[in-house]
Amino acid sequence: MVDKTLELFECGHRACGGCGASSAVRMILKGAGEDTIVVSPTGCLEVFSTPYPETAWKVPWIHSLFENASAVASGIEASLKRQGRKEKVVVIGGDGATVDIGMLCLSGAFERNHDITYICYDNEAYMNTGIQRSGATPFDASTTTSPAGSCSMGNKHQKKDIPAILAAHGAPYVATATMAYPTDLMKKVETAVNTPGACYIQVHAPCCTGWGFDGSKTIEVGKLAVETGLWVNYEMIDGVVKKAKKVKRKPVEDYLSVQKRFRHLFKPQKNDEEIAKVQAIADRNAEKFGIDL
Amino acid sequence: MPLNIGCTARPGKSRDNRTGSWRVFYPVFVKDKCTGCGICTLICPEGCIEVKGEKEYVPDLNYCKGCGLCAEECPGDAIMMEKEEK
Ligand SMILES: Cc1ncc(C[n+]2csc(CCOP(=O)(O)OP(=O)(O)O)c2C)c(N)n1
Ligand code: SF4
Ligand SMILES: [Mg+2]
Repeated sequence: MVDKTLELFECGHRACGGCGASSAVRMILKGAGEDTIVVSPTGCLEVFSTPYPETAWKVPWIHSLFENASAVASGIEASLKRQGRKEKVVVIGGDGATVDIGMLCLSGAFERNHDITYICYDNEAYMNTGIQRSGATPFDASTTTSPAGSCSMGNKHQKKDIPAILAAHGAPYVATATMAYPTDLMKKVETAVNTPGACYIQVHAPCCTGWGFDGSKTIEVGKLAVETGLWVNYEMIDGVVKKAKKVKRKPVEDYLSVQKRFRHLFKPQKNDEEIAKVQAIADRNAEKFGIDL
Repeated sequence: MPLNIGCTARPGKSRDNRTGSWRVFYPVFVKDKCTGCGICTLICPEGCIEVKGEKEYVPDLNYCKGCGLCAEECPGDAIMMEKEEK
């Protein structure tokens, strides 16, 4: 059972006010419990939680390189096993660190099936260095390396499907979640850390600074992603999708129009053709996961 | 400051950093309207809202950055954001 009152992430960290990732990390630690060792690659979380000599962590925590968090976690897990110890090893890393830079080590750890849980807090770009696009940036989002302008509608690639790639490695448990639904997130983390083998959770973590919305709206934006079908919450057990959250879908406009990274789709005038392309992504998600109520 | 191999920090030492000074708006909790659901303590990105009793949620203003997420999500509209006078 998840102990909601457990506080393993301390006040005084330097995340932006309303940061989805910092809220997510508190929930993740409640789900994982106190016998947890956390590994974090470089990124906002690492920077805002540990400006030396301060640390917000109340569990053992190690900072790896940007690219090798999964390898560090693999080593810790192998050592604990050898010593007969039972702590859970959890990686909490950003989307850049997970879907691009750390992909090689991530694949290796899942191939060897270490008993670790890898959690990606997905704020959909390289935020800590100033909002550069990553493989997890959604279609048409404007970032500093995919700026919208007269010749561009923003990021022209689709989000990389890492959950499917890791499920294809034979991962026993793969899930997606969002900080906007705390109970669901905590339960999924609890399931993952208690499932033997390499497990993966991708957590939607709205970033007020990088996406361009007020910090008080983080959960509202997170819920809209699910309600429009642009983010699907599901669990995959042994590669088979179970329990995808069903919704009465709203048009994608409701989600896009509240974020500055999609402002070019509405100004100087509304671009219906481009918005239809984003709607098509949501429609495909809905069909693939059967989420329509 | 010299950084030695094996340097460590006391768990939770970030409390030395009083992020409350960032605040422009501060939350006011109205007990009569509180439903006691506890969503505010759960979602607060700072983890600075303490449960002091039934329907008694108290933000630690030493750390509250005034983001207003709690006020936005409170189902009873029991949290008001007021401008800081500085
Ligand atoms: C090998 C390497 N390349 C680049 C950097 C610079 N860098 C530090 S944080 C960061 C962005 C991290 O993005 P992400 O993993 O998505 O986490 P976020 O900051 O968005 O939370 C980059 C590029 C680095 N530290 N190491
Ligand atoms: S830039 Fe985004 S992810 Fe980074 S601390 Fe700010 S809100 Fe959080
Ligand atoms: Mg990121």
